[in-house]
Amino acid sequence: MADAIRAEGLVKRYGGRAALDGLDLRVGEGTVHGLLGPNGAGKTTAVRVLTTLTGFDAGRAEVCGCDVRREAELLRGMIGLTGQYAAVDETLSGRQNLVMFGRLLRLDRRAAARRAAELIDRFDLGEVADRSAGGYSGGTRRRLDLAVGLVHTPTLLFLDEPTTGLDPRSRAQVWATVRELAAEGTTVLLTTQYLEEADLLADRISVMDRGRVVAEGTSDALKAVIGADRVEAVARDAADLPQLARLVGEVAGAPAETDPDTRRVGAPAVDRVAVLTGVAREVERAGIALTDLGTRRPTLDEVFLRLTTAPRGAAPAARQEPKEAAA
Amino acid sequence: MSRTDRATPPGPRHGTVTVTSGGALRPAPVAPPRGPVERCRRAVADGATMTRRYLTHVARAPEEIALYFVLPIVFILVFGYVFGAGMATSGSAYREFLVPGVFVMTMLYGMGATASAVANDAGRGVVDRFRAMPVARSALLTGRSAADLVRALLETAVLVGCGLLVGWTWHHGVGNALLALALVLLLRLAVTWTGIWLGLLVPNPDTVGVIVFPLAFPLTALSNVFVAPELMPGWLGAVAEWNPLSATVAAIRELFGNPGFGSDSWAAQHALLLAVAWPVALIALFAPLAVRRYQRLGD
Repeated sequence: MADAIRAEGLVKRYGGRAALDGLDLRVGEGTVHGLLGPNGAGKTTAVRVLTTLTGFDAGRAEVCGCDVRREAELLRGMIGLTGQYAAVDETLSGRQNLVMFGRLLRLDRRAAARRAAELIDRFDLGEVADRSAGGYSGGTRRRLDLAVGLVHTPTLLFLDEPTTGLDPRSRAQVWATVRELAAEGTTVLLTTQYLEEADLLADRISVMDRGRVVAEGTSDALKAVIGADRVEAVARDAADLPQLARLVGEVAGAPAETDPDTRRVGAPAVDRVAVLTGVAREVERAGIALTDLGTRRPTLDEVFLRLTTAPRGAAPAARQEPKEAAA
Repeated sequence: MSRTDRATPPGPRHGTVTVTSGGALRPAPVAPPRGPVERCRRAVADGATMTRRYLTHVARAPEEIALYFVLPIVFILVFGYVFGAGMATSGSAYREFLVPGVFVMTMLYGMGATASAVANDAGRGVVDRFRAMPVARSALLTGRSAADLVRALLETAVLVGCGLLVGWTWHHGVGNALLALALVLLLRLAVTWTGIWLGLLVPNPDTVGVIVFPLAFPLTALSNVFVAPELMPGWLGAVAEWNPLSATVAAIRELFGNPGFGSDSWAAQHALLLAVAWPVALIALFAPLAVRRYQRLGD
């Protein structure tokens, strides 16, 4: 499979601070790739460098087979950019925006008007199409932004945090659009702060922290590394904690961690249901009284903590797809 | 739909239209221009699209258009009557002298609007989008300068009307008068490119607005707009005579047949030449600087 994006050792400094600090990224053609990371991880800088908006200080980047620096002009004809920072003209109406971008993408007047009408239909913008885009609600604006990104057929579409700040309904609409695009074969690079979003849409995920990729793989492979979900049991009596920890550890198949302050025992739970029912059964058999028992997904904070503090070699293990991920 | 149905650049199907599963026509990715002729054609087309964008902005903010008309009128009334009253010559003779100066002053004061519009744009996501697209790098800026010329045409029309009302007129035929107006617009083009460069240099619309005035005001005062340079102290007069604004003012006074105070300095004798050379030099300097600056906006 050819690579739509191949970046090696990208460095971009702003003043003394490295926004990108040796970024390596490979995105296969025709895939949806998630770039996951907290605020300030360098996701937007990565997008800006790969879309030719910003220069870089070191490294190499090839996008759609074009060298980002030397073949920027050729590249710009093949990519689409949409999301948080790429915006629309706020004074123009939605329709005027779509027509303007159509004209800039070399459509003649009639084709641009027709394409605008199609996109207004597809993105459900009919009611607001002739009003100033500056007055749109957040969700409507994001839909227009997305529509503008699809005036032509980009080979590769960059979606920079497309759902940040959106209500659940608008978010679902954006997700549906991304799936449609993927089905049509467009390569998508999606940056997001939401684990759930990357999990839902992306074929592969790169986790970014402090300007570099700290883990890369399929969603399943990453979960295996970061311990996927966790099972947690809270004992009523602190005296039961050692026994509870042993039980939970045995069922989960991994050493359990104990927090004496909250009397909480936790362990990774790869198979949530099996682990949860197993712990419940064993706890009952041992006669330990609990005040709480459940599983929960790791928060993004935990993921980053885990990945950035993981011992050397643990994170790169995610690069090899484990066998169970195929199931 | 299978992947092979898609136009995959840079293949032979570049620039064609493909039918997707939805039945909608989706234009294919855009190929780069083939050769310098197509490159030029695209730059012109993109510039025109950007001009339309700026003119639409204006059309959606009619209060701004009103401002275009107010400023020249105020200039003529305030300077013509207030200053005219204090002059030794009769008021109407002073206004004949003054009106060409106000033409030029109005052009200069357009710089503030140009610079802050560009600074405003530079901070916006939409310009990032333009820059990530296969759009001519000069397009946004040439579009801006063309839109400014449209505005300058409007302003000039208002100025001519007001001038006629306060007793100013041209004395050397319509041909010379039109040539004079062309020089005014040429100066405006130079002012515009300087303003564009300033707007990109200081990409904060508020700061830019503040910077432009202290630049423009002394430039106007140290010229022949209000007072003949011969009446100034020696070195000040020399500065005023070589001022680019003075060149245009002296040249159009000559073309309109309005009173000037003919000095025998080289600059005054060659006003027409300088009225072309100065703006052309300014454009040749600031247009490339501005385009370069624009290309490096992201860094």
